Amino acid sequence: MISLKEVAEKLKIEPVSSASSLDRPIAGGYASDLLSCAMKGAKKDYLWVTLQSHLNVVAVASLSGLAGVIMTEGNQPDAETLSKAESEGVVLLVTPRTTFSIVGELASLGVRGD
Amino acid sequence: MPEVPQFTKIQELIYELPIERVMKKNVITVSPETSILELKETLRINRISGAPVLDNGRLVGIISIEDLLKALLEGDLHSPVRKRMTTHPITVLEKESVVEAVKKFSQHKVGRLLVVNEQGDLVGILTGGDITRGLLEAISLDYHAEEVRRYRASHIFEDIVSDQTSLLLKYKVQAHDFKSGGTASSKLKRALERLGCAPDTVRRVAISAYEAEMNLIIHADQGGEVIAELRPERIRLTFVDRGPGIPDVEKALSPGFSTAPNWIRELGFGAGMGLNNIKRCADSMKLESKVGHGTRLEIIIYLRPELGEEFNPLKRNPQESS
Repeated sequence: MISLKEVAEKLKIEPVSSASSLDRPIAGGYASDLLSCAMKGAKKDYLWVTLQSHLNVVAVASLSGLAGVIMTEGNQPDAETLSKAESEGVVLLVTPRTTFSIVGELASLGVRGD
Repeated sequence: MPEVPQFTKIQELIYELPIERVMKKNVITVSPETSILELKETLRINRISGAPVLDNGRLVGIISIEDLLKALLEGDLHSPVRKRMTTHPITVLEKESVVEAVKKFSQHKVGRLLVVNEQGDLVGILTGGDITRGLLEAISLDYHAEEVRRYRASHIFEDIVSDQTSLLLKYKVQAHDFKSGGTASSKLKRALERLGCAPDTVRRVAISAYEAEMNLIIHADQGGEVIAELRPERIRLTFVDRGPGIPDVEKALSPGFSTAPNWIRELGFGAGMGLNNIKRCADSMKLESKVGHGTRLEIIIYLRPELGEEFNPLKRNPQESS
């Protein structure tokens, strides 16, 4: 299984929180901007790609045990979101690129969806 | 789960632990006038590889086994330590966190750091081994504390005898408090983990509790309550609020139906999938609502003894327990 660290390196995206948990393996991928859909579709150890960057993203990621969250199109989490992510051990990564192009690359790296 | 959080735990500890908690306090020192020969004996008897040099209590240098070896090779046995020592030894403050020491070790490539207080007096000595030992001790204390909590919690149903024992957990949810969204669910999740629930059950409870908690935050104009009643065989979650109430319950249950305003949808809520998610996770679900009065959602999730969930009463059967 590919790790979050390899993904971050290959896609050239930097983690903005909980970088110490970057060794986590990625079991699969999921993309949506709707939190309820992510709750349903993103399983444990999945990587979630979304436009959203607010505090509740961290809650969803933590409750679902996700490997990490990639926030696309340059959406930056605010300080409160970052500190929550840090305390919950949730890895957030930020990229200026679109969800579509990130998902495309993830697929080529072998990250599969359901 | 066990490996990943421990990395963060070590990191946390490196920042939290003050150097004074891991350093060695009984420091063997020598004076500047001690001879190399005497130094050799001091190091040998105490099985140490270096010593700080104190002049009338004032720290003036450090001398290591390497300095000693050089002196021995050169036959310089009778000269004083003063001639061979390193002046301006690298020091750290006792109140600083261990991470400062880690930085200095990697910057200066030294084997030991001298620990001083704010007045500059020597109070201890620190090696890489001391840091490792200190961290391991701190982790095991922490780990042990969590183990004890888990043990106590998971035995509550065995230790407390009644004809029917149940545990009631209640969490208050404030209206429109998006920032705290998920707090009640996280607390409930932690409680179930400690009680020994299987990961799959914990996940089903966490998802349904989160969805219902967010519904209270988004829709209930006075907030509401999350009540979890835990019994040895099942978990019942009840979510109650006092309004506004749902005009058409059946419609509310259909996938994709949402009454959330636009600004809430922009945050990614209001997909109209919340109640569906809850239904999917629950073994049974009951939704009652009256406009102007409030809404009550009740779901039941059965524990799975086949998954080894420990607060099942089957555990009490002597043949089952190990």
